[in-house]
Amino acid sequence: MSATSRPARALHPVAWWLWAAAVAAAAMRTTNPLVLALLLGAVAHVVVSRRTDSPWSRSFGMFLAIGVAVMVFRLVVHVVFGARTGGTLLFHLPSVALPDWAAGVDLGGDVYLEDVARALVDGFRLAVVLACFGAVNSLASPYRLLRALPAVLYEAGVAVTMAVAFAPEMAASVRQRRDGQRLRGRADHGARALRGVAVPVLEGALDRSIELAASMDARGYGRRGAVAASVRRRSTAALVVGMLAAAVAAYGVLDDTTPRALTAVAAVVAVTLLGAAMAWTGARATRSRYRPDPFGVAEWLVVLGGVGALGALVALGGVDPEALAFGGQPLAWPTLPWLAVVAAGATALPALAAPPPRPVLVPAVAA
Amino acid sequence: MIRFEQVSFTYADAPAPTLRGIDLVIPDGELCLVVGATGAGKSTFLQLLNGLAPRFTGGTLAGRVVIDGRSTADHPPRELADVVGYVGQRPAAGFVTDTVEHELAFVMENLGVPPAAMRRRVEDVLDLLNLHPIRERPLETLSGGQQQRVAIGSVLTASPRVLVLDEPTSALDPAAAEDVLAALARLVHDLGVTVVAAEHRLERVVHLADRALAIDADGTVRSGPVGEVLAGTAMAPPVVRLGELAGWAPLPLSVRDARRAAGAAVAPASPSLRDRLEANGSATHRRAPRPAGAVVASVRGVRATYGPVVALEQVDLDIRAGQVVAVMGRNGSGKSTLLALLAGLRAPARGEVLVAGHRAGDDPRAAALVPQDPLVLLFESTVGAECAAADRDAGAATGTTRALLDRLLPGVPDDRHPRDLSEGQRLALALAVVLAGDPAVVLLDEPTRGLDAAAKRRLIEILDELVTEGRAVVLATHDVEVVADVADRAVVLAAGEVVADDEARTVVCHSPVFAPQVAKVLAPDEWLTVDEVRAALGVAP
Repeated sequence: MSATSRPARALHPVAWWLWAAAVAAAAMRTTNPLVLALLLGAVAHVVVSRRTDSPWSRSFGMFLAIGVAVMVFRLVVHVVFGARTGGTLLFHLPSVALPDWAAGVDLGGDVYLEDVARALVDGFRLAVVLACFGAVNSLASPYRLLRALPAVLYEAGVAVTMAVAFAPEMAASVRQRRDGQRLRGRADHGARALRGVAVPVLEGALDRSIELAASMDARGYGRRGAVAASVRRRSTAALVVGMLAAAVAAYGVLDDTTPRALTAVAAVVAVTLLGAAMAWTGARATRSRYRPDPFGVAEWLVVLGGVGALGALVALGGVDPEALAFGGQPLAWPTLPWLAVVAAGATALPALAAPPPRPVLVPAVAA
Repeated sequence: MIRFEQVSFTYADAPAPTLRGIDLVIPDGELCLVVGATGAGKSTFLQLLNGLAPRFTGGTLAGRVVIDGRSTADHPPRELADVVGYVGQRPAAGFVTDTVEHELAFVMENLGVPPAAMRRRVEDVLDLLNLHPIRERPLETLSGGQQQRVAIGSVLTASPRVLVLDEPTSALDPAAAEDVLAALARLVHDLGVTVVAAEHRLERVVHLADRALAIDADGTVRSGPVGEVLAGTAMAPPVVRLGELAGWAPLPLSVRDARRAAGAAVAPASPSLRDRLEANGSATHRRAPRPAGAVVASVRGVRATYGPVVALEQVDLDIRAGQVVAVMGRNGSGKSTLLALLAGLRAPARGEVLVAGHRAGDDPRAAALVPQDPLVLLFESTVGAECAAADRDAGAATGTTRALLDRLLPGVPDDRHPRDLSEGQRLALALAVVLAGDPAVVLLDEPTRGLDAAAKRRLIEILDELVTEGRAVVLATHDVEVVADVADRAVVLAAGEVVADDEARTVVCHSPVFAPQVAKVLAPDEWLTVDEVRAALGVAP
């Protein structure tokens, strides 16, 4: 609770997001399991050394579990429906003859080692991407990210913050109501119990929303004169179109078959429109921000780590595209090019560059 | 600072105005106490101050409410945020951000205060309300007293001239309430903030107040010095009633004033209150504990945990028929956990809890718990349906619950939604619902919260009837005056352990925190209530 000897600070959440997005994009560029495993290892190292002990820090493990589930799912889908390319036969499933209109889909049949390996690696790649998002959720508080949003997104940010806070309260309220059922000597599950719980919990939630709205209004939320209606409409439109353009550009970066020109145009449009939206609202807003997170050297180093990893793999793709791919007939053991090691090293950079987290002492309270 | 000009307020669909004909001025820098029965319109009055009524509540406002020269008719609450800080009844329900510091800054962000000033004001308020040790804590981990102080801080950072508080201490244990009140006193004395607060637990605040506004049943408002407004009313705290009984003038508002008066002669010829009690106040006038019956519930070597947190440790307790046991202690000391164990809602991690010879929870109707919020027990949309459902649940004859309710509190309308009842009516309904199962032990968690003086007096009578019928009553409460009035035995919990378990008089009189006002005034003599003193003096009530 007392100040630590070294003024530790939390890293700017946007830096964490840029790092994670760049590493995820890097992972999308390869199917080489060794490279993927190195990236995953680097991400995990950063999480373990730099996460705080706040409630959301536990999400990394959850995302890893989801990743494993994705791999298993892909494997099962492949074994049952997958395309058969031949190679080393593993086992045979009884096949079902499908009508002509379903041509191209095989149900059952021979299962080959090469196909299984490719499905697993595909799943692994997705799992690594998921791990990147798990990492950023563990490393950066969602609240801090919302507060870093530009003014044009402020209202949406407040809404999300409150929605996040609402969930645990609803859970507590449901628990109370079930206790109520038991105190009345009733079963605390079943259809009748559900109605007894759901209706009052919703009534309570409604009450709370009104109290919350009153509290926010009484504290000056939504004061007049912040932004004129016409400006707000204009900037919202720019925001929506800009976001769409950004999505197209992101797709272009991740998918090599998209024409380069389209990607470039989309990126320019996105930057212009989003910038305009922020400028329009920012210039007129009378709102100020308490203790904004600074974007300093540590932040730039973290971003550099992510971008460096992506750059290394892009360069590798230019020099030796074979090294990034996995598969082939027959299956060959993947190689580990030195540029991939550089990428993993860059990914791990935040473990050194980011300031160590400040311990958040949260005394446990009895429910 | 605050001016009401011919103000009346009528809720939509209400047959008569809730408030009428209010014409008053609250000067700068006063601490003004709003008192009245539940449902009289205290909250409505407070919400008029920044325009939340009628903007959020609906209804019609006639006349003008002017704050610092701005009429609430032309300025919505958000435009008054820099003048009026409003904290509602449940501070936690109004929290918007994640940590204490950001909650304090929220209002300033909306007002567009420059970052440097914002930083400075947050630090000032952290010091002022002693929130510095918890500045980085997530809001959901705060205790009730801390939540209340953060909520006050979260409006104070806007430097408002007026602070409006709706029952700021009613949910708090005595020590946490002292913290909040000390903070308020500092705001009024040092910073000249005008504070308008509604409160039921008047004994805690009257000595700080400059003025009282009493809202009467017909919606009119009386304003004046606290002693004058409260004298002769049911809401008067024990020191004021003691002063009336002893004929002191002016009426004392604090224990300190009353102690001085008690030692002094009223007139040269007549003896002081202490001397009069010495002369004819033998122990026979003190309320004796009711005779204890058989043990109906027992707690043996119990430990209860929430994850890694130990809520109760090595607790041993016998509950006997025919007695009222008060369980006291800080917020979070394990009172509610103890009641949950007795009601069979939770199982102990170690030890055993027996009710009527069986493990607690085996027979859910042997011990009946009325939780802090009685609504938790109520599931239907009308009082009538609720009573019928309770009859079915308990397997009792049709009409049992309704008859119980009429005995506890006559005149609760059948077609009303439980949410629309007053606090006292809701408590009576929940109590009737659990009594339909004819429990041997009745457990009440903080039953006096939100009750006005009349409802509290009726509750005390009801508890008396319940133990006379041979039931045992266990009462978890912060309300020391109710303990003084009704409890036979008091158990004090601290950090999950029993630190005192004895006759109520002995326990409360020897504690500076739990002593009722009369005990504090007349210490070291062990008098608990005004009624005891009245009986000892031989004065008819």
